[in-house]
Amino acid sequence: MSVSLELPKNSHSLAQAPSVVAYAVNRAFSVVATIGALTIIALVAYILYEIGRQAVPAMQQSGLRFLVDTHWDVQKGSFGILPQIWGTLYSSLLALLIGGFVGVTIAIFLTQGFLPPYLAVSFRTLIEMLAAIPSVVFGLWGIFVVIPFVRPGANWLNEHFGSIPFFSSSLSGPGLLPAVIVLSIMILPTVAAISQDAIGLVPYKIKEAAYGMGTTRWEAILKVIVPTAAVGISSALVLGFGRALGETMALAMLIGNSNQISLSLFSPANTLAALLASNFPEAAQTERQALMYAALVLLAITLIVNVIGTIILVWTSRKMGKV
Amino acid sequence: MKNKRKLFLAVVGACFAGQLGLACWAADLRLVGSGASFPFPLYSAWFKDFSRKTAGVTVDYQAKGSGAGIQDLINKTVDFAASDAAMTPEQISKVADGVVLLPMTAGEIVLAYNLPGQLKDLKLPRDVYPDIFAGKITQWDDPRIVAANPHIKLPNLPITVVRRSDSSGTTFVFTKHLSAISPTFKEQIGSGTTVNWPQSDKFVAAPKNDGVTATIKQTPGAIGYIEYGYAKLTKADTALLQNRAGKFVAASDASGAVALAGAQLPADLIAWVDDPAGPESYPIVSFTWMLFYQKQDPEKAKYLRELVAYGLTEGQKSADKMGYIPLPANVVEKVMAASAKIQ
Repeated sequence: MSVSLELPKNSHSLAQAPSVVAYAVNRAFSVVATIGALTIIALVAYILYEIGRQAVPAMQQSGLRFLVDTHWDVQKGSFGILPQIWGTLYSSLLALLIGGFVGVTIAIFLTQGFLPPYLAVSFRTLIEMLAAIPSVVFGLWGIFVVIPFVRPGANWLNEHFGSIPFFSSSLSGPGLLPAVIVLSIMILPTVAAISQDAIGLVPYKIKEAAYGMGTTRWEAILKVIVPTAAVGISSALVLGFGRALGETMALAMLIGNSNQISLSLFSPANTLAALLASNFPEAAQTERQALMYAALVLLAITLIVNVIGTIILVWTSRKMGKV
Repeated sequence: MKNKRKLFLAVVGACFAGQLGLACWAADLRLVGSGASFPFPLYSAWFKDFSRKTAGVTVDYQAKGSGAGIQDLINKTVDFAASDAAMTPEQISKVADGVVLLPMTAGEIVLAYNLPGQLKDLKLPRDVYPDIFAGKITQWDDPRIVAANPHIKLPNLPITVVRRSDSSGTTFVFTKHLSAISPTFKEQIGSGTTVNWPQSDKFVAAPKNDGVTATIKQTPGAIGYIEYGYAKLTKADTALLQNRAGKFVAASDASGAVALAGAQLPADLIAWVDDPAGPESYPIVSFTWMLFYQKQDPEKAKYLRELVAYGLTEGQKSADKMGYIPLPANVVEKVMAASAKIQ
């Protein structure tokens, strides 16, 4: 592709052709950007390849039984991760339910003029600061604050409503409920910040038009603004869910690391990330391969969640387009 | 004294300045080790002191865990390793240069518990505590526990067992002891660095000794196994265990030393004290080993031998202060003789 840098001789235009420097900077930037983008793709591919390569022996040995077996027995060399898959999905879904609801509510609260602007800004900064707290600190806070705090209520529920599967065991210490509470606080900043941006992007005109038609504030928020921002809000939820799936340290400290499948909110459980974190340092050959396999499963789950999220996004935006 | 201190400060200062220019590193012979986390507080004190007293030698030790230490030794990424679970013959056969296993210190494993009302001196008979960890006794006011403890009023509270979530030498020693005294525990759970604990809502796992300690401290009705040093440090309540002679014994330096005194070390220096005899013995004790290559660079070998000699003489003096059991004199002699194999 040849580019002519010269203007016609008799031009009276004030416009100038880009200088050689501007052209070179432009070219250089696009080359660097392309290399950067390709490196990231290559890196992801390499990580997948490396984990996959090390997982191959475990895949050959356990096959799909790995996904439905419930025992992690190092001595017999038989591994299964169904309880971990269950724990990962169950804890993340519950966290998304709590964290997502609170996050979207906060986003509405902070953007729809419930607060004077300077308070809204400082509130927002506070919530975003939650994202800067290290996972280990959340874990410690969970052990020393959340668990003692929820224990009496949990045990009361178990005593009086123990026949309901969700409350069928008592909470002694680490368990699903404290883990879910901490997890939902951890995903809160992600959900709140992105939904806030999404709601902020709704054109002012639309809001005014809604009011002009005689809606109340709540009708405007729930029937016009939130649906208009639905695409952004659902991507906030997908990102929050992804964060919850991969969260490691706080969960390893709080969930009790017990390989069992239970509906009860007060039972100890386990997650894939917690399994990896606690078993990797001392794993010998065969266990390491099984852990690599588990890591691959975790990657696959995250991928599937993201794909489903994207499909929902496309679907909602198409539906919105029709209205 | 004052002068000595000044000199030390000067050396430290010089090294610090030197490190910036990497001069100090280059001059040093570095001995790199990794492995067990249980003796880490003691080892790190030893190595610091040894490095200070021996000019030109620095010892670095990473507490990765027994399994990882053995792995490093097999992969030849370290000069020595440490393990609570010694080495299996299979692992030894993987090291082409040959291995020397030397017991360097010993420790006790205690059952720490958390009962509301600060109930002290809980006594656990030897047919009871294996059943707690096998998930058969689930209540603190179980008649068998009550019968052994007429002096305290046990609450109507479920027992929450706290175990290690990671693979651990502590688990290995503890389950080996339980398997030795309870055939049903041996049959159902067995022993190893990780075992299949019963599936129950009342079995929770926490990472590392300090994770287990924190969980016990935060959970009313919890019981778990930790190293004596950690219980000492956190002032956790620990149970009196019934030994082979039928007496209830608390963990202490003295009761641990008595238990070890009966140990007979074979030629390879791997001995387990699964169930020590003697009326004063604390029942759960174990040696912990350092692992060396038989063949290596002669200069390194010389300093490794010196390191062992330091640990066996000076080092034993600081052991009981830090919650470890000093090795009996006859063991020290045997280990010293065996250290000559490091060439």
